[in-house]
Amino acid sequence: MNRFGYSLSKARVIDYDANNHAVAEYIAEKEPSFRLCIACGGCAATCTTGNFTEFSLREINILIHRGENRKPGSDIRKCMLCGKCILVCPRGVNTRNVVITAREAFKKFGINAL
Amino acid sequence: MENEGKKRVWSEYQKEIADDHFFYVRSCIRQSFFPGSEQFFLDFMRNGLGKDVFENPSHTTCTGIGYHGDIVPIETIMTVVARHFALMKESGYKNIAISCVTSFGIYTEILETWKHFPEQLERTREFLFKATGREFDVPENMAHTSDIIYKFRDEIASRAKYRLINHQTGEPLKVVEHIGCHYSKMFPKHGVGGAEFPRVLSGMAEAWGGEIIDYPERRHCCGFGFRQYLVQANRGYSVSNTAKKFASMEPYKPDFILTNCPGCNMFMDKWQYTIREMEGVTFGPSGDSIPVLTYEELAGLVLGYNPWNLGLQYHMVQSEPLLRKMGVEFDPEDKYKTKDGVQMPIPRNLINC
Repeated sequence: MNRFGYSLSKARVIDYDANNHAVAEYIAEKEPSFRLCIACGGCAATCTTGNFTEFSLREINILIHRGENRKPGSDIRKCMLCGKCILVCPRGVNTRNVVITAREAFKKFGINAL
Repeated sequence: MENEGKKRVWSEYQKEIADDHFFYVRSCIRQSFFPGSEQFFLDFMRNGLGKDVFENPSHTTCTGIGYHGDIVPIETIMTVVARHFALMKESGYKNIAISCVTSFGIYTEILETWKHFPEQLERTREFLFKATGREFDVPENMAHTSDIIYKFRDEIASRAKYRLINHQTGEPLKVVEHIGCHYSKMFPKHGVGGAEFPRVLSGMAEAWGGEIIDYPERRHCCGFGFRQYLVQANRGYSVSNTAKKFASMEPYKPDFILTNCPGCNMFMDKWQYTIREMEGVTFGPSGDSIPVLTYEELAGLVLGYNPWNLGLQYHMVQSEPLLRKMGVEFDPEDKYKTKDGVQMPIPRNLINC
């Protein structure tokens, strides 16, 4: 309620204890290479979707690992599953399967379900 | 570490506090929000300890709020502070006792500036003389009033009527101590314990039987921040900082918050009401809010002063839960009566009542 002309802002601190890690655990179980991501950003640099929109697979990976699922839950639907990110990933992460599994997880846990 | 080394390291965290003959300078807002605090300090120092505390009626604001709000230039505030020093000199005092942490920060900043830039001191002398015909000396000893109460904490403990013990369970009360940022974060050597180990409030609370809570955001700002608060559009930033601090202390179930800064006290007290109204969130047990006391109000309670004479009813968060825990005797009927026994209007929707 903003009856005083100002309102509370949420803290930007990453609260690992309070965050929901169910999505990250689900993806890691189905696609273990998800754990290998070092957030280098190669996937985001080569991404066609990212070239035309705000989409970034690197950001999505980081946020899911933190347990901050709201933004990835909405962004992940933008991916066209072309798979170029798999070709550039230096850690051999099956990024396409990460995206597919993440979509499953968001649907399963009811976070911005597709 | 050898004892010699320890002494050297810890000497940086000690502070010399004068024993008597204080020139007292007031806060701008304290008398409005917590009128009993200053009243207690002056009464206890003069009549309780027999000390000489002098007030000069010509004393003014230090203009610290305007300075931190980017309205008052530094040359102006230096001249205003120099005028206070001139009043002190004219009154024959050398020890200054400052009751506001904002003012304390201003005084320390100005003294340090004069030390490192002597030409500024000379310019200020010139400005003051041209404007008022007065001359001044730099004080020999400068203490915040919480330093002075800290100095006499054992004296207060020896006269205590109530201790910071839950009289039903026998457990020490859990105290959150909050020290104003401008007390020692800017110039650590001027605060008891410096900026790293500020001891001024924790020393009091422990001497009177309480247990200090060490929580993650213990040294976080209260959110006041002058410009953040003075501009209405920025107040969301101010209250968000305070909410972060409350959320951090909440799991430790504090019985009350102890502060030494008028701004911190006002904000931590009144923002609890604001957050409750805005978000429906409270931070005390069972939907209550956490009482916020000044060190003088707490000292007064410990010494057995009447809580209504200490002005606790002027707080937004009412202190009755704390008074009951301490076992303080009080008459609820007297809460809103003047000293002549005349009933004043009773505020509605009081918090913690």
